[in-house]
Amino acid sequence: MDSGFTDSARSVVLDAGDIGRAIRRISHEIVERNKGAADLILLGIPTRGVFLADRIAAAIEQIDGEGVAVGALDITLYRDDLRLRPARALESTAIPTGGIDDKVVVLVDDVLFSGRTVRAALDALNDIGRPRGVQLAALVDRGHRELPIRADFVGKNLPTALAEQVRVRLVGFDDIDEVTIEGGAR
Amino acid sequence: MRHLLSAGDLDVDAACLILDTAAQLASVTDRSVKKLPTLRGRTVVNLFFEDSTRTRISFEIAAKRLSADVINFAAKGSSVSKGESLKDTALTLEAMGADAVVIRHSSSGAPHRLATAGWIQGSVVNAGDGTHEHPTQALLDAFTLRHHLRAGTGDLAGLRVAIVGDILHSRVARSNVLLLRTLGAQVTVIAPPTLLPYGVNDWPCAVSYDLDDVLPHVDAVMMLRVQAERMHAAYIPSVNEYSRRYGLDICRLGLLPPHAIVLHPGPMNRGMEISADVADSARAVMVEQVTNGVSIRMAVLYLLLGGMTDEDRKDL
Amino acid sequence: MTKQSTVLRGVRPYGEDVVDIVIRAGVISEIVKAGSGAGQVIDAGELIALPGFVDLHTHLREPGREDAETIETGSRAAALGGFTAVFAMANTSPVADTAGVVEQVWHLGQETGLVDVFPVGAVTVGLGGEQLAELGAMATSAAQVRVFSDDGKCVHDAAIMRRALEYVKAFDGVIAQHAQEPRLTVDAQMNEGLLSGQLGLTGWPGAAEESIVARDVLLAEHVDSRLHVCHVSTAGSVEVIKWAKARGIKVTAEVTPHHLLLTEDLVATYDPVYKVNPPLRTSADVIALRAALAAGTIDAIATDHAPHPHEDKDCEWAAAAFGMLGLQTAFSIAVLTMINSGLLDWRTLADRLSVRPARIGHAVGHGHDLVVGAPANIAVVDPAASWVVEPATFASKSRNSPYSGMTLPGRVVHVFKSGEASVTGGSTTC
Repeated sequence: MDSGFTDSARSVVLDAGDIGRAIRRISHEIVERNKGAADLILLGIPTRGVFLADRIAAAIEQIDGEGVAVGALDITLYRDDLRLRPARALESTAIPTGGIDDKVVVLVDDVLFSGRTVRAALDALNDIGRPRGVQLAALVDRGHRELPIRADFVGKNLPTALAEQVRVRLVGFDDIDEVTIEGGAR
Repeated sequence: MRHLLSAGDLDVDAACLILDTAAQLASVTDRSVKKLPTLRGRTVVNLFFEDSTRTRISFEIAAKRLSADVINFAAKGSSVSKGESLKDTALTLEAMGADAVVIRHSSSGAPHRLATAGWIQGSVVNAGDGTHEHPTQALLDAFTLRHHLRAGTGDLAGLRVAIVGDILHSRVARSNVLLLRTLGAQVTVIAPPTLLPYGVNDWPCAVSYDLDDVLPHVDAVMMLRVQAERMHAAYIPSVNEYSRRYGLDICRLGLLPPHAIVLHPGPMNRGMEISADVADSARAVMVEQVTNGVSIRMAVLYLLLGGMTDEDRKDL
Repeated sequence: MTKQSTVLRGVRPYGEDVVDIVIRAGVISEIVKAGSGAGQVIDAGELIALPGFVDLHTHLREPGREDAETIETGSRAAALGGFTAVFAMANTSPVADTAGVVEQVWHLGQETGLVDVFPVGAVTVGLGGEQLAELGAMATSAAQVRVFSDDGKCVHDAAIMRRALEYVKAFDGVIAQHAQEPRLTVDAQMNEGLLSGQLGLTGWPGAAEESIVARDVLLAEHVDSRLHVCHVSTAGSVEVIKWAKARGIKVTAEVTPHHLLLTEDLVATYDPVYKVNPPLRTSADVIALRAALAAGTIDAIATDHAPHPHEDKDCEWAAAAFGMLGLQTAFSIAVLTMINSGLLDWRTLADRLSVRPARIGHAVGHGHDLVVGAPANIAVVDPAASWVVEPATFASKSRNSPYSGMTLPGRVVHVFKSGEASVTGGSTTC
């Protein structure tokens, strides 16, 4: 943890209960919007987007009674900021059998911020196949978009200052469910 | 990672990072669009002072799949034969803005020299130098071994690998001994004593003169090319004698445990170090080695050029 | 030659008591109490006086490769290194295998005048190893050649070597052998050992040197002639020479400064500045060579000064030329390896750098002790000085020094050749 910030600069904006409810709501909205889960593919964007996609898929199965295809889409090789850091290790990409052609792909990420990650994901999808449609689900939309991109399903809209850091922790990867804001002038 | 000069420069984490990256990149080969935008705007030069169409093409495909601009520079005469010198060639490439130079050279240490003499700024990838090293070959061999014998993940701890043939003149053997050892495998090199380097007993591997002795106890056997010309310098009495004692034929294949696989870096001398029926058998994974070579070279180029390079740092 | 006396005021011969050395008419005319000598004074500030050094093994490259070195630039480098005589190896272009070529080298050396240049004659025509060169013609020429060598190549044919050893007896010559069995060293690049195997560089086994040394000492014994072994590089060769000397065989040997200091590990850089023939060996060899030089088994330090133009070193290892500069660093390397280690004192160092090499090569006028009446060939050195090696500042035309950037002990301050100052205050006089 950055020692420049005291505990008072860290506040919990979503606790475990809030996150559970947000996931269920997003899942309901996805099923409603797509009139079921038949042609859906959830693709999580590593790292936490993958865990989020798994949780949404489980919730959709409870709602719809049918399983939904879920996978992972690493966007590292499509990033527009590769040259700003040393080469990054690749995360796993796992496209469900049958591919994405003529399916509705729901991209799942934990935080929607500049939109650049989603831009990279759309480019990556373009090289993998031709989906009938692409939708976007994010647990938190913190604003400050730099590209004309919006989410279709949002757990919580969270107004933030640019200097602040939004941190998402999800059980499976982390030990608790929690969204916090850290740093900035708060 | 700035350069890839020797397999010995890779620690286990660096080696596994390359293998893991290659595993992810391998899926690109299965897609309809076999191309990634990652190295758009980067220039990769294949500088080949020795003919090696297969290695050059492998690097070329790898670079192109990552959208790099590729220039093939076949330097026929090295400075040894009074063509353009390595230095002048390097200065030319530097002036053309090469971000990476993939070099194949008959002189051991030429890539090392290219990387350290101050002639060029870009990354240097050793694509085989003299009788020294061929690190991407060792990486693709490790990738192939891991895929078949370790479910495609982790290191190669405990794996038993025999490397058979002209160890003395083989850059593939040197890189493999170093890399396989780093990854935890137990390597045995097997050859007549004339084709083993002086001091091999101090290498991080076991040494044997008897192929039949070793075969039953390995998970993989890597056959190396032996040039028939070695006979003239008294390294071997005759091709037939070599083949009888150290060639992998169908009888010897039967000595291997059922799960064991056969590798060969190519090009093969069928009938010399490997018989045709072994080369074509289901145990032989040479075709996969070629495929994996592209993934490994993509991974190496990505890790060298896919992030911030010294050139980018200068621009900041 | 000046009539006036020159006084080396306050100098310590061999590092011993402080005296004045008076030089007149090319000889040491007096050695007197410090402060009492009369003449033109050079204040030696209690520095050490040694007999001028004699290098049995120098490549001056002229005629033929004046881009790498000339007799003039090589003489300058030699003088700055404390030498008053150098033996110029025969592997020039044309090869020094006739009276004409050795006389040309001799005259060019005399014209420059900073050191006496003694040409070495080739043993065989064109260094080809097949036909004896006209050794007698070279011996009776103006150059008075006494040392014959195919250096760079080994006189590998045992019959030719035997005949050469026999033939030079007529004028008390000596065959200086570059001991390298050619078939064992085809394309050899570095010492054969664990490292050569790892680096993928073709090995140069010690046995390729030792087998020739062993053969040659037996031939020298058989024909009762003089053999000199150039640039001994292995502990094994030392053993053979020790055995031969114990038997009374007329064998002498030299070691280069680089073989007294550097080891094969440097080759791992693939920097051709470390490429030399015979190659850098192991630390065990270095220790054995130092001990042999201390014991006198090896008689002399000889530089094997081998200048090469930049382009012949600024390339990949295999394409690079063999050889290192040595003249301007030899004394410092000797101090570092032999004096500072306590293996030699100044008198014994003078023996290895001057007295014995002069005797081996019949360098007339050189290698005398610092006594009254001796030719005034003197090197005045500062043992306490240290300096950073910057090849760019060398007098040599070439820059291929393996010591670049190293801080070395000991500096040559003044040098007198035949009574004339060739170096004063660390600079040549003309």
